[in-house]
Amino acid sequence: MAEATANGLGQHTLHGAQAHDPAATGIAPAEVHQEHPIKLYLVVWAWLFILSACSYLVDYVGLQGYLRWSLILIFMMLKAGLIVAVFMHMAWERLALTYAIILPPILVLVFVAMMVFESDYTLLTRMVFFGAEP
Amino acid sequence: MADTTLTHIGRTQPRPAGLQGVAADWSSDQRAFKNVSWGKAMMWIFLLSDTFVFGCFLLSYMTARMSTRVPWPNPSEVFALHIGGSNVPLILIAIMTFVLISSSGTMAMAVNFGYRRDRRKTAILMLLTAALGATFVGMQAFEWTKLISEGVRPWGNPWGAAQFGSSFFMITGFHGTHVTFGVIFLIIVARKVWRGDYDTGRPGFFTSRRGSYENVEIMGLYWHFVDLVWVFIFAFFYLW
Repeated sequence: MAEATANGLGQHTLHGAQAHDPAATGIAPAEVHQEHPIKLYLVVWAWLFILSACSYLVDYVGLQGYLRWSLILIFMMLKAGLIVAVFMHMAWERLALTYAIILPPILVLVFVAMMVFESDYTLLTRMVFFGAEP
Repeated sequence: MADTTLTHIGRTQPRPAGLQGVAADWSSDQRAFKNVSWGKAMMWIFLLSDTFVFGCFLLSYMTARMSTRVPWPNPSEVFALHIGGSNVPLILIAIMTFVLISSSGTMAMAVNFGYRRDRRKTAILMLLTAALGATFVGMQAFEWTKLISEGVRPWGNPWGAAQFGSSFFMITGFHGTHVTFGVIFLIIVARKVWRGDYDTGRPGFFTSRRGSYENVEIMGLYWHFVDLVWVFIFAFFYLW
């Protein structure tokens, strides 16, 4: 409960099974229900719209180069973070679950790095054997 | 995180905060996800594996695009629509993005009304989510038809690198399939909500377990994941 109020998103309570029925003993199933105000979802919804519009504008305005790529990545990460944290309720889950789900995908970045080297090598050999232009 | 006693009254000892608490949850012979039901934990683990599937697709797309000598077709022009005498870049994709985000919003609210035991609103919001999802798939079918009629094939296209077609059909095809299955299961769960299965604890047809309104949240996890994948596809395939 301390975490639910400490994360800055408001004073939402997580109702355990016992919260609904105080007479139930500790043996009862202990699932936590995610109940948050509707307003929170509407605010996140609005932000997702704004961020999507921003990332679309990046293309519409025609930004190029590092500015384009960094803006695309920033808007993408913000949107993904909002969806996972609020819509999927990850912000209120227990840390043991959060780490188990969030950490493994980050390791995909290692795979990305490997494939960047691999594709640079492939491109190099293609240019050496076939020339720079098709 | 000091809430161990929240759900296991009188049975578990207090946990240290932060990483030490995570280690305490995961160590020794016990249940790692203390206050998460198995249905929800398994959905998360399924979604984690699905993350790797889509991660591999996007990686193969990255590798193909980085390693080809032939210029990559400009998605901004390829996916433009001719509206009112001028080409509007990526407009259909932008509309699809907004449709899918809206469906995520209605799904989140359906979960909320589910826990408030408002059967009517939950079912209506889920059916609205399914309708938006079906709209998305319809627009994707339109997009595929347009590209195929313009000569895009998995082995080539008129504008540049041949791998464009295979990456496009593979990634959006798998995503569209996920959306389609999501729509089907949304309708199934909405029917259960409407009938009151989760109020009476009626056993499910597949596992014979008694359902609860948490099933709506688990369905929601899948649906939000589909939206999440689209965020990455939109960024890497259409905008990059």
